[in-house]
Amino acid sequence: MIKGMGLEKLGRWTAAAVLLGGLVAQPALAQDRKSYPAPEGHPLSEIISGFEFRNPETQALQLDDFENPAFLWVQQGEELWSTAEGTAGKSCADCHGNAAETMKMVGATFPKWSEKNKKPINIELQVNECRTERMGAEAWKYESSEMLGMTSYVRTQSRGEPVNVDFSEGDMENWKEKGKDLYYTRFGQLNLSCSNCHEDNYGNYIRSDLLSQGQTNGFPTYRLKWQGIGTLHRRFKGCMDQVRAEPYKRGSDEFLALEVYLSYRGVGLPVEAPAVRN
Amino acid sequence: MSKPRVKIPSSAAAGEIITIKTLITHKMESGQRKDKQGKPIPRMIINSFECTFNGQRVFSCDLEPAISANPYLQFNARVPESGEFEFVWKDDEGSVFSDKKKITVA
Amino acid sequence: MTVLNKREFLIVATGAAAVALAGMPTIALGAEKADKRIAEFLGGATPSEGGLSLEMPEIAENGNTVPLTVRVDGEATADRYAESVLILADGNPEPGVATFHFSALSGTQEASTRMRLAKTQNVIAVAKMNDGSFMRTDNLVKVTIGGCGG
Repeated sequence: MIKGMGLEKLGRWTAAAVLLGGLVAQPALAQDRKSYPAPEGHPLSEIISGFEFRNPETQALQLDDFENPAFLWVQQGEELWSTAEGTAGKSCADCHGNAAETMKMVGATFPKWSEKNKKPINIELQVNECRTERMGAEAWKYESSEMLGMTSYVRTQSRGEPVNVDFSEGDMENWKEKGKDLYYTRFGQLNLSCSNCHEDNYGNYIRSDLLSQGQTNGFPTYRLKWQGIGTLHRRFKGCMDQVRAEPYKRGSDEFLALEVYLSYRGVGLPVEAPAVRN
Repeated sequence: MSKPRVKIPSSAAAGEIITIKTLITHKMESGQRKDKQGKPIPRMIINSFECTFNGQRVFSCDLEPAISANPYLQFNARVPESGEFEFVWKDDEGSVFSDKKKITVA
Repeated sequence: MTVLNKREFLIVATGAAAVALAGMPTIALGAEKADKRIAEFLGGATPSEGGLSLEMPEIAENGNTVPLTVRVDGEATADRYAESVLILADGNPEPGVATFHFSALSGTQEASTRMRLAKTQNVIAVAKMNDGSFMRTDNLVKVTIGGCGG
């Protein structure tokens, strides 16, 4: 059930409308958007990648591996993959060999359950776990160039593979529910939940921005706005900033739970990392 | 550390016109932005690019702050004979970044 | 609610007027700066229309990264090539975008890049040929700003 339904919702919408200077919900220009069927019981009737909401020039940037600026980071990741670092004197390649083979399903199946940590683990956190515990190397900052290079390089090995996270492992179901709660919670001065925009209004405009379903299959993503590549948690933070809420931190349990839940909402979408978005 | 990327065919027919694509990481700090304290962030951009073939200039560009971050430059070149293309980028601090690509004329 | 006395009111009103006027020159300033640079580049010459084109989207998805292609008609030869093609944006805080230099080795004289547009404005290209002749073309690009993620 969406919190705040009925009159309360109307009141909040009005408030949001006043603050945003007129929240206009008008249908976008007719476009054929490629959609994937949603499994039974899924909150969406059709699952659509963020790619479909961008204009042809932006889509062209993503489709060409050279023109896609994110590949500058993928290239860096590829070099880091074979670079030995830390007290153990090893590189990723020493344990994981050829990334194209060993990392092939990582991008499609993470976040995974970590029995060791008793909570889910995503690619960024996994990279640092490998670095600190197996390589004897220093952890990379969550949004550092190296981390983005490595995670974009790893996730792009899954490009084209349908997102297929396993929720039956460990306590993943509970974390998925936690994420779901967050998804439908209104936050911030503007009092908006993720669902207000990305479930109720995808395909409509919020002022001059076209709303997507807020899927995660393209992360790490090169955003034209950032003029750089960024993590999913950075995008979460941005959305929270935008509704004038105090954002959670990158790598936090809250964002991890949200990441788990969103991978459910995007099940079946092909991994597009590193995508190009607005 | 700015990394360049260059896409260029490895071979061409004599006199053929080829397309060269280049990309380099760089923030291209325009000098228009201000930091959290309201102080202007100084300009720091890649301000020039030059492509030469066997030492002869093919194409060059003076870049200004309105060029997007991670500058992309695409241009064409006529390939008279086998040889080497050299690509050089320079920034406001005087740093130089370069890449070389050989091409064979059948 | 405080009631302003006459003196306070005049101070506020003058201030408000000053703020309003201060906004105005900025809008025209970009176009003025662009005209100045074009005049410098032309050095008194008159550019012709035609032979030069600018390819840009009608509406930019995001003002930070707008693709641009400039094309001078005809293949470059030792006898005829575009020595400099100046690109300006008349609505940016500073109009300069880039200057492309072609040569006899260019083959076809076209170049592409990605630029920043602060708002809806004209992008102007002025080409100087090696024989001293000039061409010019203008292109209006719409830029929408903001919403939520923008």
